[in-house]
Amino acid sequence: MTAPALARPGWVERASGVSDSTRWLGPLMLAPAVIYIGLVVAVPFLMAIGYSFSSVTIGTSTPRFVGLENFKAALDDPAFLKALGNTAIFSLVSQTLVIVLASILAIALERRFRGKWLVRLLILLPWVAPISLGSIGWLWIFDPVYSVINWTLRHVGIFGPDTWPIWLGQPNLAMASIIGVHVWRTMPLATIISLGGLSSIPQDIHDAADVDGAGFFRHLFVITLPLILPILLVAVLFGLVFSVTDMIVVYVLTRGGPFDSTQVLASLAFFKSIDGGDLSGGAAVALFLLPVLAVCAVLLLRLARRSEVV
Amino acid sequence: MATVETRKLRKEFTGHTAVDGVDLTIEEGEFLVLLGPSGCGKTTLLRMIAGLETQTSGDILIGGRLVNELPPRARKIAMVFQSYALYPHLSVGKNIAFPLKAQGAPRESIAGEVERAAKMFGIERLLQRKPRQLSGGERQRVALARAMVRHPDVFLLDEPLSNLDAKLRNLARDELKQFQRRLGTTTIYVTHDQVEAMGLGDRIAVMSAGKVRQLGRPQEVYDEPADTFVAGFLGSPPTNLVKVDGALVGIRPEQLLPPAASASEGAGPTVPIRFSVERVEDLGAGRLLYGTLPDLAPAQKVIASLAYTVHSSIEAGHTYDFRVHESNLKFFDPTTGLRLPPRPLPARRSA
Repeated sequence: MTAPALARPGWVERASGVSDSTRWLGPLMLAPAVIYIGLVVAVPFLMAIGYSFSSVTIGTSTPRFVGLENFKAALDDPAFLKALGNTAIFSLVSQTLVIVLASILAIALERRFRGKWLVRLLILLPWVAPISLGSIGWLWIFDPVYSVINWTLRHVGIFGPDTWPIWLGQPNLAMASIIGVHVWRTMPLATIISLGGLSSIPQDIHDAADVDGAGFFRHLFVITLPLILPILLVAVLFGLVFSVTDMIVVYVLTRGGPFDSTQVLASLAFFKSIDGGDLSGGAAVALFLLPVLAVCAVLLLRLARRSEVV
Repeated sequence: MATVETRKLRKEFTGHTAVDGVDLTIEEGEFLVLLGPSGCGKTTLLRMIAGLETQTSGDILIGGRLVNELPPRARKIAMVFQSYALYPHLSVGKNIAFPLKAQGAPRESIAGEVERAAKMFGIERLLQRKPRQLSGGERQRVALARAMVRHPDVFLLDEPLSNLDAKLRNLARDELKQFQRRLGTTTIYVTHDQVEAMGLGDRIAVMSAGKVRQLGRPQEVYDEPADTFVAGFLGSPPTNLVKVDGALVGIRPEQLLPPAASASEGAGPTVPIRFSVERVEDLGAGRLLYGTLPDLAPAQKVIASLAYTVHSSIEAGHTYDFRVHESNLKFFDPTTGLRLPPRPLPARRSA
């Protein structure tokens, strides 16, 4: 008596042959991700490197090799230097704020309290909401005529009748505003990373510190923070790479203005190459911080590997 | 040094009562062991004394002072955790110095105190190392050094030996007892290991389901168990409990005396008891006999334990005339499990 179920069509046999073979199955499963990253990230990246050493513009059909010309030209351009400085301020200030606030938030969120799930949800929201949507929301909040902030502060009585800051229209305020929005949207990730670090500290360690007589600040600065430091560094590096390479907040809120006061390298590269047609010049701007970011990435990977707490 | 007292101490978690009205008084300098199976509330009781858990009701007094509302750091206690809870990012020296720094000891005195504590536990050469570079035994010593360095009134130890391997555990137990004797610090020690409890405790509090079932010196608790739980929990193999005529009769395996063994003097008269052996287990250091007592309770399994020094030949499938000292027969109420006064063993079914 033969079992009919065993008689399978030939193609099923061949297919299960492939899925059983460790030689083919692994590469097959990885292929979609590799192809996707290759086409969307690696190819443009290599093209950008190629462009940055050439004279290509949107109109040219026969680009020449120009060596480091584009980088020299960028360094001579006051707009580039301004954007470089802005990028440094934008990234460093925002990530400093993020790490301090995220640590405080994470420590608060580790405690038990009523309605904790709601607070967690609200804090995570900026991260899961589409970035452009959030930024457009802020555009309205900062609106020169209808700014909710100004309106509220005036009604509370903090702003007098002559005070009506134009948040996105005054250089220092504009920088502060985009930093504020950037902090708002990158803090959730840092908070989650810190929370992960905090929850990996065994309760016994906290109990021991309490019994050993540590007060709140000694406990925080001698035990808790040093223990999550490696993970905090991972969060900082993530945030830095993300801040240096991102332009959506700037693009939506200020387009780099007023007077280039919020122009960062990423947005400058975009305006130069896509809006302005200077592909090679834009590529040079975009790649300028590559060495710095590469060092960040290497550090990040090494730290992430060593960041288990105990 | 101080006394520790709990009065009607209770701790309820949602859904169950972990500690159910415990009254204990621990004398100055005493070594008290809280013994019980996991989940009996012994660790919760210890953590309440430490101030790491808040009691639902009842009082805790340390040195006669009510400490109900005090945080752990204000109770002048030190605790050693099962995991040792060493600070992984600090060196051994800094781990030991931590409690001193936390209480604001003058900088000059800290180094000396750390040195002294390290010397006491033989870990001077480890002061620069990180906890992860230490063996289990070394970690345990560091944890003890950290606990004693600031001269606490009370030591609280939560299964500090259970992470050591069996070989090390005996040594560590002996050392621990010696340190405690030398320091004379009141100590509360939580364990589920009856051997540790018998070996270390000045007194043992046997706990089950949140209650102290019996409190007494180790020999007392072993020889005169207050109920069937205590009788069954202490001793390995546990006390045989056989139901005879509406009472549970408890006989310890090692108190079932084989035919050739001489009865110990001064232990009073013995009663004969027949033992039908079904299986013999030779453990090297002694023998375990599995079987029944055909005259008393033919259907209930009983274990007898013979010391290495007993040479009588005993084989499976035979019935032998064993004896028991009358004083070693314990009677318990089968419904409440509580101890009953001694009574004569019913002599029947002797056919």
